[in-house]
Amino acid sequence: MSAREKILNTIAINQPELTALPLIDRNALIRYEDVYAQFKTVLESIGGKVELVQDITELKEQLIADKASGNFVVNTIAALGDVDDQVVSFTASELEKLEKAYIKGTVGVAENGAVWIYESQMVNRLLPFICQHLIVVIDKKDIVPTMHQAYDSIDVAKEGFGAFIAGPSKTADIEQSLVIGAHGARSATIYVIE
Amino acid sequence: MKTTHAALAEKFIADEPRTDWHDETLWFVREKRDKAAHGLPEWEQLREWGSQIKNHTLSNLYNYLKEFEEKAVANGIKVHWAADGDEHNKIIHEIIRKHNIQKIVKSKSMLTEECHLNEYLQEHGIEVVDTDLGERIVQFRKEPPSHIVLPAIHLKKEDVSATFHEHLGTEKGNNDPQYLTEAARQHLRDKFVQSQLAITGVNFAVAETGGFVVCTNEGNADMGAHTAPVHIACMGFEKIIPKAEHLSVFLRLLARSATGQPITTYSSHFHKPRPNQEMHIVLVDNGRSRQLGREDFRNSLKCIRCAACFNTCPVYRRSGGHSYHTAVAGPIGSILNPNLDMKANADLPFASTLCGSCTNVCPVKINIHEQLWKWRQVIAAEGYVATSKKIGMKGMDFLLSKPKVYRFAGKMGRWMIRIVPFVVNNKLNVWYKQREMPEPPKESFRDWYLKNGKTNKK
Ligand code: SF4
Repeated sequence: MSAREKILNTIAINQPELTALPLIDRNALIRYEDVYAQFKTVLESIGGKVELVQDITELKEQLIADKASGNFVVNTIAALGDVDDQVVSFTASELEKLEKAYIKGTVGVAENGAVWIYESQMVNRLLPFICQHLIVVIDKKDIVPTMHQAYDSIDVAKEGFGAFIAGPSKTADIEQSLVIGAHGARSATIYVIE
Repeated sequence: MKTTHAALAEKFIADEPRTDWHDETLWFVREKRDKAAHGLPEWEQLREWGSQIKNHTLSNLYNYLKEFEEKAVANGIKVHWAADGDEHNKIIHEIIRKHNIQKIVKSKSMLTEECHLNEYLQEHGIEVVDTDLGERIVQFRKEPPSHIVLPAIHLKKEDVSATFHEHLGTEKGNNDPQYLTEAARQHLRDKFVQSQLAITGVNFAVAETGGFVVCTNEGNADMGAHTAPVHIACMGFEKIIPKAEHLSVFLRLLARSATGQPITTYSSHFHKPRPNQEMHIVLVDNGRSRQLGREDFRNSLKCIRCAACFNTCPVYRRSGGHSYHTAVAGPIGSILNPNLDMKANADLPFASTLCGSCTNVCPVKINIHEQLWKWRQVIAAEGYVATSKKIGMKGMDFLLSKPKVYRFAGKMGRWMIRIVPFVVNNKLNVWYKQREMPEPPKESFRDWYLKNGKTNKK
């Protein structure tokens, strides 16, 4: 008998009688008066930066300046200018010097400051993790109160990869002292478009 | 039995200031958990949902595992099944051999610790680099992790500094966590960029979609998995959940229970390998299907490895993870490990005061302290208990089954500690070792409550 059969057969014998799944009552969930304010407060409490922007074109100048600085900067947002499509096939050693990445997010979560980003928005899966500084842009109307509404508005299996990212990379593995910038981005700035 | 919790704990508490520090640090994490939990009015409801989803999953595990396998294969993931730790290690070894892989990075996976993967591969001349900062620290020191979420919680920054000075050439005596973390970042970036294989754990696997979720704060799982041409994700089969929407319940519970964060920095959802990448999942049993059949212990399989029960446990906090001599320490480890090897781990269910704090914080409502008590009965029946414990247990059993006698014995106990302390503060009472017995309360909680409880209510 293969391991698979052995395991499944034992499970079939040993699993208890069927119980029901709970109904997740949406009325029981926390509500925020101002989801943006909550999103900003939580994200800033975990090391992220949040700025409200009237129009996405305001960020164009910043991107141009970043690119002109001579640093390796990648843009994946069409509304900001040319998309650096070529990074799709870049390897880790080619991305290793990446200073900054501009990435569009799908949905922001007020209760925890996380932003869902699809693989297609990252262009390359490694991008939001390997860059030194991460810039994420979301629309204000796309901020939802909790993870329940967030999962309602995305399809996690639509693409091969996707992630909730909440602020910069961090660790407290040395004596519980919080250090920002473990292996991923050292800073995370979220621009919220009105 | 050579290494018991009691003997190892005795070594740990010999350094009193360090024991106090360990105790306080973990209690601080517990307090952060409380703050996060209290921030959500629906917290208790969430725990109930988490518990019910897990109960349901265990009751339909056969179907969910088959569904998961089918969907994962359709997503282009290779699915393997391992009956035990040895099979798990061999499957991974075979993949390494096939691709002639030399450079391996691994993010945190308690399952690979449980299966002793690193040791197995090392015996075959293969080196694995652990990339979680805490795990890298203990790996350099040739120690196992002492905590499932905070692997190096038993170490002070001076220890880390000395370790990094030796292995990474950092400045001697520089104990700054920022400086030390930066050194590890640089060192491990090289390892990521060169990696040929990334091994990760799995926090949740979704039957409906055939994908899995990995949660980290550091980003190390992603740095490895999106770099290496081969990714192997290892999971105990109890990590399965029915639907993607259930992730909302568990992601809300996990980080808040673990460290008091609202969510981990990265919650990465893997469904398909990237072009030219090979993605594997190893589904491991290693005693889990047996535990599923033990009615009294099956719901230990609901565990989401948040470690809240560790942080709150007065015994764990004051004895350290290494005293549990197993990969998963703490209260939940003391339930899981006797299932793996009852004789070798017969001491663990006794490493508890049965205070029930673990049960109160568990995000999926596992009745941890009751299971510990039940294991004591099983272990005694199997004949693995030292005589001194047996006498105590018989008494305990008798007391707990007779509430009136219990109350009387409580009164007697309080009286005894006050009047004749040497009777309890003697060598036969192991709880007295290294500590004074506490001042006995003048009256029991019950007596106090009967007098004051009702009138104090608003
Ligand atoms: S038993 Fe409960 S509290 Fe302990 S690690 Fe598992 S889920 Fe967390």
